[in-house]
Amino acid sequence: MELLMAIVIGILFMSATYLMLSKSILRIIIGTGLLSHGAHLLILTMGGLKGGSVPLLSDKVASYVDYVDPLPQALILTAIVISFGVTSFLLVLAYRTYQELGTDDMEEMRGTEANE
Amino acid sequence: MSLLHWAVLSPFLLAIIVPFLYKLFRQIHTGWFVLILPVLLFTYFSRFISLTKQGEVITERATWIPSLGIHVDFYLDGLGLLFALLITGIGSLVILYSIFYLSKVKEKLNQFYVFLLLFMGAMLGVVLSDNLIVLYSFWEFTSLSSFLLIGYWNERERSRYGAQKSLLITVFGGLSLLGGIILLSIMGNTFSIRELISQSGELMDHPLFTPALLLVLLGAFTKSAQFPFHIWLPDAMEAPTPVSAYLHSATMVKAGIYLVARLSPVFAESGVWFWCVSIAGLITLFWGSFSAVKQTDLKGILAFSTISQLGLIMSLLGLGAAALHYDTLGENIYLAATVAAVFHLINHATFKGSLFMVAGIIDHETGTRDIRKLGGLMQLMPITFTVAVIGAFSMAGLPPFNGFLSKEMFLASMVNVLELDIFNMETWGVLFPVLAWVASVFTFIYSMIVVLKPFTGKLQLHLLEKKPHEAPIGMLISPIILATLVIVFGIFPNLLSSSIIKPAVASIQPNLVDSNFQVHIAFWHGFSPELWMTIGIIVIGIILYKTFPKWKRIYQWLPERFSLNALYDNGLNALERSASSVMKFLMTGSIRTYLLSIFLFFILSLGFALYWKDAFKLDTGNFAPIGLYEMVLAAIIVIGSISILFAKSRLTSIILLGAVGYTVSLFFVLFRAPDLALTQLVIETISVALFLLCFFHLPLLASRKEERMTFRLNNALISIGVGTIVTLIALSAHSNKLFDSISSYYLENAYKEAGGKNVVNVILVDFRGLDTMFEISVLSIAALGIFAMIKLRLTGRKDKS
Repeated sequence: MELLMAIVIGILFMSATYLMLSKSILRIIIGTGLLSHGAHLLILTMGGLKGGSVPLLSDKVASYVDYVDPLPQALILTAIVISFGVTSFLLVLAYRTYQELGTDDMEEMRGTEANE
Repeated sequence: MSLLHWAVLSPFLLAIIVPFLYKLFRQIHTGWFVLILPVLLFTYFSRFISLTKQGEVITERATWIPSLGIHVDFYLDGLGLLFALLITGIGSLVILYSIFYLSKVKEKLNQFYVFLLLFMGAMLGVVLSDNLIVLYSFWEFTSLSSFLLIGYWNERERSRYGAQKSLLITVFGGLSLLGGIILLSIMGNTFSIRELISQSGELMDHPLFTPALLLVLLGAFTKSAQFPFHIWLPDAMEAPTPVSAYLHSATMVKAGIYLVARLSPVFAESGVWFWCVSIAGLITLFWGSFSAVKQTDLKGILAFSTISQLGLIMSLLGLGAAALHYDTLGENIYLAATVAAVFHLINHATFKGSLFMVAGIIDHETGTRDIRKLGGLMQLMPITFTVAVIGAFSMAGLPPFNGFLSKEMFLASMVNVLELDIFNMETWGVLFPVLAWVASVFTFIYSMIVVLKPFTGKLQLHLLEKKPHEAPIGMLISPIILATLVIVFGIFPNLLSSSIIKPAVASIQPNLVDSNFQVHIAFWHGFSPELWMTIGIIVIGIILYKTFPKWKRIYQWLPERFSLNALYDNGLNALERSASSVMKFLMTGSIRTYLLSIFLFFILSLGFALYWKDAFKLDTGNFAPIGLYEMVLAAIIVIGSISILFAKSRLTSIILLGAVGYTVSLFFVLFRAPDLALTQLVIETISVALFLLCFFHLPLLASRKEERMTFRLNNALISIGVGTIVTLIALSAHSNKLFDSISSYYLENAYKEAGGKNVVNVILVDFRGLDTMFEISVLSIAALGIFAMIKLRLTGRKDKS
């Protein structure tokens, strides 16, 4: 399973990188979205997959060792929210940039801060 | 916090109030308020003379960073007191002078006095600190305030140039001083100067001893404008004249002298110290006096003269180090060099201070400082002329002024060098008196230029901007006081010898000075070699002064482009050019270039680390089994993310991104992470909605031009590289378990400590609650940013450009 996930993560990162290197601002934002999915799965995979039961304490589970690792989940939960903040910020930035400059091409936007 | 601490702190506190005083009492010159403080401090410090005279020291401690052994320890001994008196005494006179020099209508007095007070406090801190880190902090503060004061008339290009130059050179030296301090603390395991002195014997043999010594000296030499770092001082003359008199002649430039004197007990036994300090001093002495003669700006002459006199004091301190190698105290002629250094330090402050003020008066009353335009001012400004004569004759080393006495002592020390039999001095020692004598001849010449050129000769009124007349009395008080001191110290030198000089020498040479040691400065030594040298200086000096136009041409032998200034300017230009070309190369403004370099660095550094550390490991033992369901989900993610790359329309790519996101949340369900799955579902829904909202309103863009094949190929290569590296890292991270997980702590304590059964939630809101709070702040900042962007309209600004 980990091997499969590692490959999936690799493909997510690859697509994300490719998208981020393109010129269109929308593709760049989509790239960052994919990148955060990849990163979340990466953190989860590092901790080990399917190692036990859901980290909700209950009497039915005999030992603490039988729960899955809760720490990566806490990290990812934070990361999901932050990446949402970043994505929405970028989206509005792209929207307003387009309104002001009439382009969504990063190359065409170059140097616009000098003569705004 | 003792009274001593408050005394050092008081200039900083007053500096906070000064701007308000300036605003409230516009009709009163701000200087009057400021003047009170140095006068008070001077009386406060002079009370300690009776204590240090008996060899007592005052130590006060305020803890600052105890865990690092850094305390604000103030330590008042003879040397510290001498400097504290100079700083507050000359400070009072300079502030009094500045009240009449700087117009309260035209000048930004609030800034001027704030900077001056910052300097005063910092300088007091330098000379009273026992802790080297505290000393260093104050040291840099003096560089900073000097920078601000040189650039005080910041609308002038030369002022900005001079300020930058002084800052670059002195801060460079400051950094190397910091290096030296750190090396010292590694060797001695302390930052305290006293503790370092007490273990100076062991430090000598440490391998870091010489590097520390050189670094400390570099700091001292840059600050005290020693050759070849002296080039900043002439340009610092762009500062208002009171500043030049105070910082760049009497106090700040002597911080390097102070440091050398203060650390002498640690370093002085080493031959490297003896050679570096005395040779640097001698070269500076000669070069400064030689260059001073060719200057045409009155303050330029004084600047080079200051450089030369600083070199004189430095070389004496170097020679004084030789005293450590001779045990017989009664015959110790080298200790006399240290006495001469301290005595000349005081004398220099008095005569050079008065001369700077004279230069300021001439500038103020005539509108120029160019000696080619000035002349015949003697009749118009008799008092100024008298002060100038006293100052300049003292500087030239003529009796009965104090400069004569210290100059004689200096020459005597240089002659005594011939008897040294250590450090190969038998071969090179003869250079010392020769260089000293030649430099003294030039000193005589420039002293005569300073006093004779502006005051005698023909008055050329048409060249002057204003009709000159005697300066207002307020402006004359300070130079007159200093000139009086020049005479008093000249006739009654023993006023100082046991009260000030002896305690200061005792701090520099603690092992040699005991209760039997007496400083006695006498006027008449009989026809000693130094007297003949002085007579020779006067005779040759007068001849050379008279024939100056004939031998002036030797100054053209060294072309301008080989000078140190040219080296500095070219170096700075080259630095700026290369910096801007590097920046143009890296900062192209294209986000793609930045990302390319980031990703390339990522691939290369991580790939190299994996290979080099042999970190890649595949441990299939603890892999979880793969079910059909997971295979399907993985396939969806792979297909989804790859199809985004080829999606033609924006809507398709947004929908594909959403599909990938939902699949990820299904993965979370499979991997026993219900909270993540819920959050991801909600967030993904909102994100997709937001994407659609933003781009639904935009008109369709013209279809993108087909990008070149190489462009795509490059991107593809980089992307595949990143993907591969991440896969390898994911596998290695899972297979390498370098230490035990800390997760069990949370599982065990979630209910016990925080009373929650959902461990993930407990971690977020309880164990790592602060992190979550910052996360919320990040979201609010993003929200504020979004709000601002939606409200922001740039149309107004467009018209302007």
